[in-house]
Amino acid sequence: MSINHKEIMKLAELARIQLNDETIKETTKSITDVLCLIDQLGAEKTNDIQPMAHPTDAFQCLRADEVTESDQRQTFQNLAPLAENGLYLVPKVID
Amino acid sequence: MEWEIVIGLEVHVQLATKSKIFSGSSTTFGSKPNTQASALDLGMPGTLPTPNEEAFRQAIMFGLAINADIEKCSIFERKNYFYPDLPKGYQTTQLEKPIVRSGNIVIELSDGTRKSIRIHHAHLEEDAGKSLHEEFQEMTGIDFNRAGTPLIEIVSEPDLSSAEEATLFAKKLYGIVTSLGICDGEMAQGSMRFDVNVSIRKPGGTLGTRTETKNLNSFRFMEDAIDIEVQRQIDLIEDGKKVVQETRLFNGETKKSKSLRSKEEANDYRYFPCPDLLPVIIEDEYIEEIRRTLPELPEAKLKRFKEQYSLSNYDANILSSDQLLGQYFEVVAKKSGDAKIAANWILGELLARLNSTGLTITLCPIKSEDLAEMICRILDNTISGKMAKEVFDGMWKGDGNADSIISSRGLKQVSDSSVIESLVIHIIKINPNQVDDYLKAEEAKRSKMLGYFVGQVMKASKGQANPKQVNKILRGQLNKLINNIEL
Repeated sequence: MSINHKEIMKLAELARIQLNDETIKETTKSITDVLCLIDQLGAEKTNDIQPMAHPTDAFQCLRADEVTESDQRQTFQNLAPLAENGLYLVPKVID
Repeated sequence: MEWEIVIGLEVHVQLATKSKIFSGSSTTFGSKPNTQASALDLGMPGTLPTPNEEAFRQAIMFGLAINADIEKCSIFERKNYFYPDLPKGYQTTQLEKPIVRSGNIVIELSDGTRKSIRIHHAHLEEDAGKSLHEEFQEMTGIDFNRAGTPLIEIVSEPDLSSAEEATLFAKKLYGIVTSLGICDGEMAQGSMRFDVNVSIRKPGGTLGTRTETKNLNSFRFMEDAIDIEVQRQIDLIEDGKKVVQETRLFNGETKKSKSLRSKEEANDYRYFPCPDLLPVIIEDEYIEEIRRTLPELPEAKLKRFKEQYSLSNYDANILSSDQLLGQYFEVVAKKSGDAKIAANWILGELLARLNSTGLTITLCPIKSEDLAEMICRILDNTISGKMAKEVFDGMWKGDGNADSIISSRGLKQVSDSSVIESLVIHIIKINPNQVDDYLKAEEAKRSKMLGYFVGQVMKASKGQANPKQVNKILRGQLNKLINNIEL
């Protein structure tokens, strides 16, 4: 199994990353290598095996429905490039 | 040409938990912007989500209420896309193993037939923040208070075939989630939002291309959006054009829709299991415990209201379809002791007022106890039905409770028969011509003619005489004249 130039470009666009021609070649090759590795699984019969969602056998603990967080808006907004009237500001999003 | 309409709904329901699905932030609506957005809700590095048990419990309640299968090993996936109200760059949601699968909801159509609508699944996920486009020039303001609010997204099969059916289904769903107490039902605050998938086809033909209209937050908007979209698709096809698979936005005010994005350039969400969250195991015992404590559902309530209060199917249906309205009705019915009159006032005057002012029953200015008190005063003949309208009006405006309005406005009805009798005799004496006509008329015509005298007596009493008694006494006195008995 391999991945082509066009598919890498699409993934890059979806992930909002810019790749130059050199990096595209490199990325295409390394992802193809990973896919080939996965192809080896085809040699085994996996019909009866449940897809794995997590590498450990552990299960999730749940928490009780309680409010434990307090308002830390000021602390967080000090980190933001722009904030006004309590809102985080971003370049205009046109719907 | 005849067209068959195919509709599927995706409904987002905000669950009524105190805290968010993955963090301990409060979910209270209407707080100051970003005061309920913790490091986790903001997607800060180094934070780890822990799911809220109550969100699972409520999702399972919903699953049991619609006869669905509950997934014993449920997992979370990441749905990747970029939008400023989604700070992590992905929404934590469920895809492969949603908590609820394969249920159904029965709707009753206007002709009385029942139709079962299949639910493909319902999954747990987090809500996004809110973008505010209006307040700033060239900038968008983001409030993350809503980010992480637990949602269940309920996905129906495309079993609905008209806007009317879709609305019936949505209202039924509303009744279920509010009866279960898993959603506050405040639609204006976005507690329940609909996405509608619509396509048309020739009867029995293959499915047409569908469009999705997103984020409709009222039954009316949803109905309008479907009607408009169906007509748009019919016009396109009958003009020889094609329907493009796309997401559309509907403006409830202008009743127009526009294309948001077409699917060719649509997001490819690249779902994968969330490595931060382990599979959630749901034990049979836990499910059974929830099943045992399920509250009464609208279907059962409808049946009970018909039996216990002798309501018509129509009245019982409206009162049982909204948990809070049903609760309000039961208080009024029990405290007043007359369910039929209680239902009449609620379904008539009260709902009309709520609808015209856009209020929900939770914000109703008249408390159920006060309406019950007013009905008691009608039943004990203190006030007439007409006076009750004035009392109702006063209570709606916040002038006080029924008794205080009755006394402050001097609305007491006169039920003293000797007082009414003297009024009646007076009216008979000053209207000799009308009385003559009455006596000469045939019996069948007399009841109609009686209305004139009743009106005169009521007027003479300044509207305070008990109309039932006036009627009775008038008849008695006029009968005496018919039988030549002196008044």
